[in-house]
Amino acid sequence: MIGLQAQTAAPPLAADAAPIVEVRGLSKIYPGGVEALNDISLSFPEGELTTLLGPSGCGKTTLLKIIAGLLQPTGGEVRVRGRAVTGPGPERSFVFQDFALMPWATVIRNAAFGLELRGVPRSEREAVAEKYIASVGLKGFETKYPHELSGGMRQRVGLARALAVNADIVMMDEPFSAVDEQTRRQFQEDMLRLVAQERKTFLFVTHSIEEAVYVSNRIVLLSRRPSRVSEIIDVNLPRDSEPDQIRRHPAYLDTVEGIWQTLKRYLD
Amino acid sequence: MIINGTRVPAVFSLLIWAVLWEIVGRLGLTILIPPLSTTIEKLVEIVGTPGFWDALGLTLKTFVIGSVISILAGIPIGILMGRLPVLDRLLLPWVNTFISAPLSALVPVVMALFGFGETTIILTVVLFAIWIIILDARAGAHAISPSLVEMARVYGATNWQAFSKIFVLSAMPEILTGVRLGLLRAVKGVIIGQLLVSVVGFGRLFEIYSSNFLMEHMWALLLVLFALASAIDTAFGLIERRVEHFASSRN
Repeated sequence: MIGLQAQTAAPPLAADAAPIVEVRGLSKIYPGGVEALNDISLSFPEGELTTLLGPSGCGKTTLLKIIAGLLQPTGGEVRVRGRAVTGPGPERSFVFQDFALMPWATVIRNAAFGLELRGVPRSEREAVAEKYIASVGLKGFETKYPHELSGGMRQRVGLARALAVNADIVMMDEPFSAVDEQTRRQFQEDMLRLVAQERKTFLFVTHSIEEAVYVSNRIVLLSRRPSRVSEIIDVNLPRDSEPDQIRRHPAYLDTVEGIWQTLKRYLD
Repeated sequence: MIINGTRVPAVFSLLIWAVLWEIVGRLGLTILIPPLSTTIEKLVEIVGTPGFWDALGLTLKTFVIGSVISILAGIPIGILMGRLPVLDRLLLPWVNTFISAPLSALVPVVMALFGFGETTIILTVVLFAIWIIILDARAGAHAISPSLVEMARVYGATNWQAFSKIFVLSAMPEILTGVRLGLLRAVKGVIIGQLLVSVVGFGRLFEIYSSNFLMEHMWALLLVLFALASAIDTAFGLIERRVEHFASSRN
């Protein structure tokens, strides 16, 4: 399919696919009085890549960490497949902004760590980890240590770890913000391939408009703190085209420009 | 060390001091300082006696047991203090008091409670060594990256898994520093304990030598103890260097 429709609608928008994650009336006030989120309601359709996009410090990461069960909301609730979230769970995995790799462990042990914690026998978990290490493009680096890898490669290990536990929902907190631009683009393309392969639900946080439009099926625009849902944009890009063509496609450029116009309002 | 552009091995400075010691000793200025050569003669002589080996055995045994207790108890206590603010507030004042307190003054109390045997010496070793191990493990626990803690939680680590697989290894650079300093203090503890108890081990030998004014013997024994302390320090320095990349790549 060539062509792009950027539809906007008032939140919360009922998506076509069944929602796997539902966020209802979520608010978060940090001790000390900083109000990060204010009455956020959202649903995340299964099998899609939804991006949370917004200005720096707008609470996107807070929202993602509440969904992950790492933070407790002040009000409202998160439901995953209808069940209320009270903490982390095996159906959700997370890719950290600063990689969160164990510096004393090899690539394969890091990638297999989620399975190690679950008590999966060594040979079994290493076989799984090996498969995902290969699929993120790190074949041959299994016995290296994180400090021997570049930033981009380290984040690939983080991604392999998140995929190896076979969670339904993979959350990524600005996974590319600590890597350089070339690595970032390469990584984005690899990620699109993995998204297509893995048929999982991806929740992605970024502050880069281009990145959001390039990788997402759906973009949730958040306003400045305290965050509210400002707009939800469905992105339909010709995914079977070459990356260069997508990035030059008028529809891609129009969506980027449209989002920029919206976000500009929050800048001052 | 470089003198006039030529590299001189570090051992050279030891040699200078050895020569100086010999000269002062030979001048016979004071009975308190015998020449190095006769001290070394005495050292060889002492090493031949069963009393020395008994003392060395007892010293090593109490040192090892005391150190192991300090390490096994000190690391978990320190890490728990670093992770649990309530426990920290409860224990930190005590740790800080004991780390700066004149511990030798407490040894008689231990002696009164546990008698003149090995137990007292082991406890003295613990009393000397454990506090710095606790404090450094606590500092290490503070240095654990918050995202590693979150990572452990996201992937479902139990408290024990988080402690054994993340916290201890993450705090390893500080823990090793603490253990190294703790072991040096343990050397002090094992000697001071024996000196104060003074009926067993090197303490008994020191007691015999000093009451009979055997200065060569005293110095010979001191040489042994100093060598022991610096051997432990060197060994730990090597281990620490091997895990240095932990610290440099941890953030």
